Amino acid sequence: MEFAPIIEKVAFNLMKYSATVLPDNAIKAIKTAYEKEKSTTGKAQLGAIIKNFESGAEKSTPMCQDTGIHIYYVEIGADCPIDDLGKFREALTNASRKTTTEVPMRPNAVDPFGSNSGDNTGRYIPWINWEIVSGDKIKITAFPKGGGSENMSTVKMLKPGVGLTGVMKEVVDWMISAGGQPCPPTVVGVAIGGGADIAIKIAKKQLMRPIGEPHPQKEVAEMEQKLLKAINTTGIGPMGLGGNITSLAVHMDYAMRHPASLPMAIAVQCWAARQSAAEISADGKVKYLHHDIKD
Amino acid sequence: MAEVRLTTPISEEEIRKLKAGDTLYLSGKMFLARDEAHLRAIEMFDEGKELPFDFKGLAVFHCGPIVKQDDTGQWHVVAAGPTTSSRMEIFQDEFIERFRVSVVIGKGGMFERTTAAMKKYGCVYAAFTGGAAVLAADGIKKVEGVEWLDLGTPEALWIFEADNFGPLTIAIDSHGNNLFKDIADIAEKNRPKAYEIIGASKE
Repeated sequence: MEFAPIIEKVAFNLMKYSATVLPDNAIKAIKTAYEKEKSTTGKAQLGAIIKNFESGAEKSTPMCQDTGIHIYYVEIGADCPIDDLGKFREALTNASRKTTTEVPMRPNAVDPFGSNSGDNTGRYIPWINWEIVSGDKIKITAFPKGGGSENMSTVKMLKPGVGLTGVMKEVVDWMISAGGQPCPPTVVGVAIGGGADIAIKIAKKQLMRPIGEPHPQKEVAEMEQKLLKAINTTGIGPMGLGGNITSLAVHMDYAMRHPASLPMAIAVQCWAARQSAAEISADGKVKYLHHDIKD
Repeated sequence: MAEVRLTTPISEEEIRKLKAGDTLYLSGKMFLARDEAHLRAIEMFDEGKELPFDFKGLAVFHCGPIVKQDDTGQWHVVAAGPTTSSRMEIFQDEFIERFRVSVVIGKGGMFERTTAAMKKYGCVYAAFTGGAAVLAADGIKKVEGVEWLDLGTPEALWIFEADNFGPLTIAIDSHGNNLFKDIADIAEKNRPKAYEIIGASKE
């Protein structure tokens, strides 16, 4: 069966909805933060954020002018009867191009040796993370990532001797220096192990978890809680203007590490935790997972 | 903390009256400039070239908007929230010195060099809620024009007519006060408490 035409249509919808409507879990997290925020200035910032995303959803307008660099995660079921796998990249690229003019999304793909391509596509962009999984479905997630929060992401190669406490200290220090720059309240993705590239990939993937859902492993979940509490003790607050809610959640995961290495990565997500996913069944039926999308 | 409504161009005298923490609503002509437009403006000035219009007393907004053009060629703003101002810290002081803008609008805060220039030349930094692009677009009445489109739409020099654009928080005033610096000091003071939570030593 040919899936590329379905993928193009679905990816367009996913990218469009990710830019214009926040997933329910993100809305809930920000509204809870508004209730918990004690600083008047911080509360006012959260109030503006809520008014803004509600207005964006109502008008079907991007909630933030930075509609991000276009990233897709594609999980392909090993048993899915696909005849046109080679056309998937083109389908996703076409979808991104189309959102640029039709949503509209801001053209955010700049050639370091030239100029802005004008349509959110170009060398390696949209970036596609491919994964072969078991089953017969295809899952696509659109994950546009804003520049302001991405600029606060980092990889550090720590000495194994600093231990897990050393990892937490690096995270706290890093988020203090980030201050208001990544548009807090943030979601902080942390990963250790693997290698430099592996750690940042895992860290970034943590940003796609439902906000505040703890890691299934107890030690990791406890570390997430400690880190969140520590970051929110700093007083940086919403937009860095002061308050007790600097981050909505810390999501952590890990890979095995080399004996000589303790790679650590931090991926930072602004309050606009935008994503939208869909599952395409073997018969071509589409189920949207974050948004109520018709057609 | 006062709530103030001003229309550009704004005199130095009016700017000096604003205090950190005040709320500002801005009307009149403002222009958008990010990294590339700042660099080009400074470069043109230093080469003695004439800029597209006089920046004096105007507000410069750190923003790369989403815009669309209708069939008649008129541009419209779709979304226009602030970008991270700290990227402009490396040349904002030179920009203020050369062009004498009255207000810098952005998000995330700016540092010592900008604070010093604002004190010296009479300028303020006004923070808008980061990412609140739909609210921001509501305060833009009209796109008056655009220059330097060769930089791409996010980096071009857009000229907007604002109508009660805000609420903006005066985060750096022209007297050396910087709210973001105050919060950074608070965070520094709280660092040992944060370390205690994670069980790290306090050095």
